[in-house]
Amino acid sequence: MTSKASINRKIVVESVPSAVEGVFERILAELKANNFSEDDIFAVHLAVEEAFLNAVKHGSKMDPNKEITIHYSIGADEVEISMTDQGNGFDPNIVPDPRCGENLYKTDGRGLFLMRSYMDRVEYNKRGNRVRMVKYKNKKLK
Amino acid sequence: MEPVKPKISVEYANNAAIATFIDEKILEEKDVQTLQTAIMPVVESLSAGTILVLDFRNVRFLSSAVLGLLIKLSKKVYEQDGKLGLCNINPKIYEIFKITRLTKIFDIYQDIESAVESLSKPD
Repeated sequence: MTSKASINRKIVVESVPSAVEGVFERILAELKANNFSEDDIFAVHLAVEEAFLNAVKHGSKMDPNKEITIHYSIGADEVEISMTDQGNGFDPNIVPDPRCGENLYKTDGRGLFLMRSYMDRVEYNKRGNRVRMVKYKNKKLK
Repeated sequence: MEPVKPKISVEYANNAAIATFIDEKILEEKDVQTLQTAIMPVVESLSAGTILVLDFRNVRFLSSAVLGLLIKLSKKVYEQDGKLGLCNINPKIYEIFKITRLTKIFDIYQDIESAVESLSKPD
């Protein structure tokens, strides 16, 4: 049974990394106020930073005039965060595993992997410009 | 002119250079670029056989872009016949290295002394 979300917000920001500093601080403070553990808060923090950096770099192509929309809801047992950019999208299924073979020595390609490792659900829409991430309270890392 | 905050502090002892990251959070591409600009000259100035130890004592949060920079640094150090060690990594940051299997390519130590002692031993 899903808990009724006690917090539900939508924020639109420009595609600049510094644009979300206050937004993420607020989300993390709200998680703390809703008794999410330090481990959960760290996990969410890492995942949203990676997701936002990906949206800025790959979705918005570093164009500060492009917008990124962040929806989040926090319930008693879970937090859900979605991010939508104005880019063309991508196929997340073709992103190689950064732990395998030569990929281990590459200097990029770990963002999506970290999002999937630290969040319990990471789903993209068909176009690939919107990611939905869910973290359930106190569930162990994969 | 806005004062530039240093990204690293560097100390030299015998055949080792110890570079301590100053920032608690290293996230944005721009910060990683600035960090690279700060640390690459240190790496390039090392003589053959020198040990470089990166001290993470202040780091509480980092993005995957930092991991990429570390890989770039390690390649540069090894090109110059040096050795690289990381130390003072807190458990949450260490978990990121472990999950990404970067513990297989980086030598990670408890502290500076352990790093220097281990890396000073001949191969």
